[in-house]
Amino acid sequence: MINLTIVRLTLRGLFGRRRFLLLLPLPALVVGMALLADLLGATPDEWGQPVLVGLGFAAVLPVLALIVGASVLGSEIDDGTAVHILAKPLPRREIVLSKLLVAVVVTTLAAGTGMLLAGLVSGSGRLGIAVLAGTAVGALAYCALFLALSLLTRRPVLVGLVYVLVWEGLLTNLVSGTRVLSIQHYAVSVAERIDGSGVVTSTVSAPVALAMAVAVTVGATLLAVDRLRSFSLTGDTS
Amino acid sequence: MSVSEANERRPPAGRSAGGAEQPGRQPAPAPGSDRRGGSSVELTGVSRWYGNVVAVNDVTMALRPGVTGLLGPNGAGKTTLLHMMSGFLAPSRGTVTLDGTPVWRHPPVYRTLGLVSEREAVPGFLTGHEFVLSGARLHKLPAPRAAARRAVEMVDLVEAQHRRVGTYSKGMRQRIRVAAALVHDPAVLLLDEPFNGMDPRQRLHMMEVLHQLGEDGRTVLFSSHILEEVAQLSGIVQVIVAGRLAASGDYRTIRRLMTHRPHVFTIHSSDDRRLAVALLAKEPVVGVELDPAGGLTVRTSDYGTFTRALPAVAVSEGVRVTRVLPTDESLESVFSYLVAS
Repeated sequence: MINLTIVRLTLRGLFGRRRFLLLLPLPALVVGMALLADLLGATPDEWGQPVLVGLGFAAVLPVLALIVGASVLGSEIDDGTAVHILAKPLPRREIVLSKLLVAVVVTTLAAGTGMLLAGLVSGSGRLGIAVLAGTAVGALAYCALFLALSLLTRRPVLVGLVYVLVWEGLLTNLVSGTRVLSIQHYAVSVAERIDGSGVVTSTVSAPVALAMAVAVTVGATLLAVDRLRSFSLTGDTS
Repeated sequence: MSVSEANERRPPAGRSAGGAEQPGRQPAPAPGSDRRGGSSVELTGVSRWYGNVVAVNDVTMALRPGVTGLLGPNGAGKTTLLHMMSGFLAPSRGTVTLDGTPVWRHPPVYRTLGLVSEREAVPGFLTGHEFVLSGARLHKLPAPRAAARRAVEMVDLVEAQHRRVGTYSKGMRQRIRVAAALVHDPAVLLLDEPFNGMDPRQRLHMMEVLHQLGEDGRTVLFSSHILEEVAQLSGIVQVIVAGRLAASGDYRTIRRLMTHRPHVFTIHSSDDRRLAVALLAKEPVVGVELDPAGGLTVRTSDYGTFTRALPAVAVSEGVRVTRVLPTDESLESVFSYLVAS
């Protein structure tokens, strides 16, 4: 199901891209803001929601997932190196799942480390673990969605940004019913359920959030596998 | 069509076309380790269009063991055809099969098929050896290191194999891609403009490699817009022009057809009028026009016969020919003639 050669090639390709490396310090912002708020005397109840949710779950996690999720396969398709993997007798689900595994692990490690440390600043280990778990759930759903987008459109980053900024950032704040279709709220809901202290809150219940996260992940992955089966080489014809 | 349709279906002389195998049923041996092949690619009524633009139009052909050249000018549809043969593009109409199995949406065909596409890039962060080895591992070969070593040896890149591909010249990148396509010893090898960027020595070596693969019974197809490349390497030629199969068959037959085509020459001589009169008496000459500025334009019905007759006429008339210029020597004009005929 997971192809280690694809995992190795993807990791080397990912860490060789400057765009990705420039984003790695992003999670440090969350830790820095949490430390600053703590130094200024704010309580976790006061800074938890704006820093962990407003910055961590709403910005750092989706942006990292977008760059990584859209890159693991999309960049290889763009630069033409994907043919090396695709012209092999491998089930397309093996390729997609291997790429998705890399994207989820890298995003969780990169974003989750910052979230965990920021959670620990509050003095609560439980909050740290909670936001880390929420980040992992969010990374899974986001990466699956953005990986599928990289096979559906030639501009996955742009479309992904529209989803993150317009749908999650704007619409879910104006129309409460749309929150059930927001990966950000799934991640926050999972963190809220594990933490239980009310530092981070979501209006989507944890069972619904988990079910929706699984549905998005499975649906997007199936779509990506199907699109990859129909992958076409286009461009210059001679 | 002047070339026999039967040639489309006939395997090259001296090469076996029997023993078709089902793709994906056998572990691939290492390259060069034995003789294998017998696979064939069949295209039946294949068309591909993009909106209102027809890139490939109703092509029917069969690729048999041996080396086949896919010849055509730029934009003729060669790459589109190769993408469809390799399962990377769905035909809008018609079928493409490898040993009877449709190639579209069927990855197991890559056990039997190797592809060197024109657009494929090589990750610059890998060494040549790592690139080929990763190909062997993706094929899940039982001895990937040995297969990678042999494939690198075949393309004569042993000394440079541990350098990053990013430092390779274009010709070296082409060769390492061929090595990666050969690592699983495919029965069918498709190459899109494989000699691009290669220097003459590399080109010669690659031709030898492809020729040997064909001799060993593999089905090798390479595309080119250069007549000489096809002439040197392949016995069977498929000529594609404007998306249509213009001619198909033995290279010599097509060459003869090209040679015996109507042609226009501009000739400068010491006595244009005298030469014009003498040439008009020759059968392949269908028209002569004197240019007021000097020289004459000669229309012939047969390129080969005229070029042989001209020196004899000049000598017998005591006329010194200073310049002979074929005016429609471009490959496109040759293709146009083949289509028209």
